[in-house]
Amino acid sequence: MMLHMKPSSGAHVGANNSVSHIMWQVMLAISPATVFGLLCFGWPALNLFVITVLSAVVFEAFCLRLKGRVAKPVIMDGSAVLTGWLLAMTLPPWAPWWIGVVGSGLAIILGKQVYGGLGQNLFNPAMLARVALLISFPIEMTTWANVSPLFFSHSPGLIESWHITFSGLDNIDASTGATTLGFIKTEFSQNRLLTDILKDTSGFLNFIGGTRGSLGETSTLLLGLGGVWLIRQNVIQWQIPVSLLLTVALLAGIFHGMDSEHYAGPLLHLNSGALMCVAFFIATDYVTSPNTPTGQLVFGAGCGLLIFVIRTWGAYPEGAGFAVLLMNSATPLIDHYIKPRIYGRDRKGKPLEIPKS
Amino acid sequence: MLSIFKKPRFRGGVHAEEHKTETAALPIADNFPLPKKLYIPLQQHVGKPAEPLIMVGEKVLKGQLLAYSQGLISAPVHAPSSGIIVDVNDYPAPHPSALPIRMIVLETDGKDEWVKTQIVDDPFQLNPEEISLRVGAAGIVGLGGATFPTAVKLNMGRENHVDTLIINGSECEPYLCCDDRLMQERAGEIIDGVRLMLHGMTNSPGANLHLPEGCRTGRYDMNTEHAVVAIEDNKPLAFLAMQAAAEPYAQVKVIQIPTRYPMGWDRQLIRYVTGKEVPVGCRSSEIGVTIHNVGTAYAVHKAIRLGQPLLSRVVTVAGGAVKRPMNVEVPFGTLISELFDFCEVDKEQTARIVMGGPMMGDSLPHTALPTVKATSGILALTQSELKNTDEQPCIRCAGCVSVCPAGLRPLDMANNIRINQLDAAVDLGLKDCISCGCCSYICPSNIPLVQYFKYASGEVIARQQAQHKSEQTKRLIDARNARMERIAQQQREDELAWKAAKAERERLKAEQEALV
Repeated sequence: MMLHMKPSSGAHVGANNSVSHIMWQVMLAISPATVFGLLCFGWPALNLFVITVLSAVVFEAFCLRLKGRVAKPVIMDGSAVLTGWLLAMTLPPWAPWWIGVVGSGLAIILGKQVYGGLGQNLFNPAMLARVALLISFPIEMTTWANVSPLFFSHSPGLIESWHITFSGLDNIDASTGATTLGFIKTEFSQNRLLTDILKDTSGFLNFIGGTRGSLGETSTLLLGLGGVWLIRQNVIQWQIPVSLLLTVALLAGIFHGMDSEHYAGPLLHLNSGALMCVAFFIATDYVTSPNTPTGQLVFGAGCGLLIFVIRTWGAYPEGAGFAVLLMNSATPLIDHYIKPRIYGRDRKGKPLEIPKS
Repeated sequence: MLSIFKKPRFRGGVHAEEHKTETAALPIADNFPLPKKLYIPLQQHVGKPAEPLIMVGEKVLKGQLLAYSQGLISAPVHAPSSGIIVDVNDYPAPHPSALPIRMIVLETDGKDEWVKTQIVDDPFQLNPEEISLRVGAAGIVGLGGATFPTAVKLNMGRENHVDTLIINGSECEPYLCCDDRLMQERAGEIIDGVRLMLHGMTNSPGANLHLPEGCRTGRYDMNTEHAVVAIEDNKPLAFLAMQAAAEPYAQVKVIQIPTRYPMGWDRQLIRYVTGKEVPVGCRSSEIGVTIHNVGTAYAVHKAIRLGQPLLSRVVTVAGGAVKRPMNVEVPFGTLISELFDFCEVDKEQTARIVMGGPMMGDSLPHTALPTVKATSGILALTQSELKNTDEQPCIRCAGCVSVCPAGLRPLDMANNIRINQLDAAVDLGLKDCISCGCCSYICPSNIPLVQYFKYASGEVIARQQAQHKSEQTKRLIDARNARMERIAQQQREDELAWKAAKAERERLKAEQEALV
């Protein structure tokens, strides 16, 4: 009996997982928050979402063709869809169509393919694109639509939504406003105090997600649930989200405790902006985060620290994107210094000494 | 609460689908028909191959010595049945390459006639050295798969102060359950073997006399006091049987350990059972622990009590293409093809033949290969059981880092090997890799990490050899140049001396002539 096969070493059996399986699980985890965001912000948000995801796939296919590779199997691994999806979640829901297209182009081409494709990039593609958009197009990127749920009478209908997406908003002031964090930032500059600023803000609404904000980032509850499910599924590890959220909460708690009129409290920090989305779905990106548990704790804490610093003292109301990119650049360094101890060796790699008995 | 802060006793590892239930419920089959021809390799162990002492055409009896061990680390080979030696020649080895190695071909006569065996009434009266000698003469090697000569380990146990003898009954590889069945059916014999091993590691006065003064670390009054039989908790029946058999002996303890691959890695098990970690480059006996497999203990029992050398072993035949999966006792040298016929293996469905377990086993190119002492199992796996080989780019998920029991970073090692930076891979710990296969198992991108590491290890050795060779050549050339230079110098000196002598002669001649 001859088999004529290539000799191969173990393991001959494998765990039942694959790259595309991981990508689909992440998509499943972010879908409740996304669906909630689409419901909250209506048809224009859906337009932007579809445009962003589709153009991400098109850019991926284009790059692969340039490389002379067959695009379909690579597209099927789901990484381009996920990148587009995550980017769409972080965009203002009523942003014009070209924001989605340019963002996807930046994410896929500059964020991923120029490095050599999946697994090679130094920075998180979605965050790279978001930050580049924010710096290049500050007006479009900070125009936050009011919550206007689908099928409500005062919400834009299908035809009107195409108008918003493809030729811009006519009556900006009537249908947009500031996010909670942005509002606090501007009001602080007017020397108002926190209790005064927040008297109309509902913490509960922030938690559920019925507030102004990025397309898929508003619902702390659904993002948190999706993230916990991902940890339970063993797709991501707990280290990064826990250390990130704890750091932010701890710092916010300390400063709020010292001066509750000038520093937002931990709950407000946890419930607003991109924090939940970043903690569970962006910072945990395998490619751009350290690969040891201790390294991940350091990475998460670093992200949390930077987010708090930028939010509190920086020029931008939200600093999650910047924080993640900065920590991404530190990932190789963290991996260089924090590595597991090899069996039978000490931390420096020297063989252990024989214990004297 | 404190236990959380203690060093973890187990690191990494995976829980693979077991596939054991079907075979583990059946008793060991002893009705395997004696093959017509046995192909017995001269090297079935770590160390030097055995040297044959029989002639082609000679008639041999079952248990008769066919080839004796050479050197310190080696093991002899015996006739698994009676018959006639028909050939001593090179035949394909049970190895992924199937390259030929030296084998003795025995044509069996069907009588299975035993050579006269030596039976000891009370082996505990024997000298510990005598136990080692007999174990060595019986050709016993580590049957867990490492095939290290057992007698050498027993000697090391006497030379060092070993306080714990661990008997490895973890059998952590999926599919395999030969040790499980052995423990269920022959627990008493195994425990007896364990006690004999303990006796074999006892220090008698003068045990270390062959060693230089300073190296006699073992002490007469410090003996191996107890043995621990460690069995994974997915084998409750084996555990109960072994516990019952060990009941009367205080020095033998049977414990259950968690089921997780690679629990049976000796160093992992040592850390789990004793809390000690074996330093890199040391033998476990140097920190006072010795580890043997349950199958080895059983073989020791047979060798000492019955005088029977190691002639056969229990082999698990399993896998999706096997119609009658079972554990079967087969004589060494049995061709895998005959084993497959007996177990009704579907040849059409077989996508890969694996010797050993699916995690660490070797794939074999065909079935005309003999079973050997290391053959714990032969698997005929179908395509659906195999890991997908469609390789994708690494997404740095770090699954391999978290499952590596040795604490390595397989992804970084593989990246360096891919760009041919083998030195960087060695710095990352390539030599500490045990090829357990956990990283390949878990990788979602189907990257054959172990394949990379085995290739790189071989390549590193080959490069070192090439470097050694070029250095040697350079030394030889330098030596030759020096020699040539010396010869030329000698010639010049000779010429000068000759010229001087000639001048002297001429001067003398001239003087004589002048005198005349």
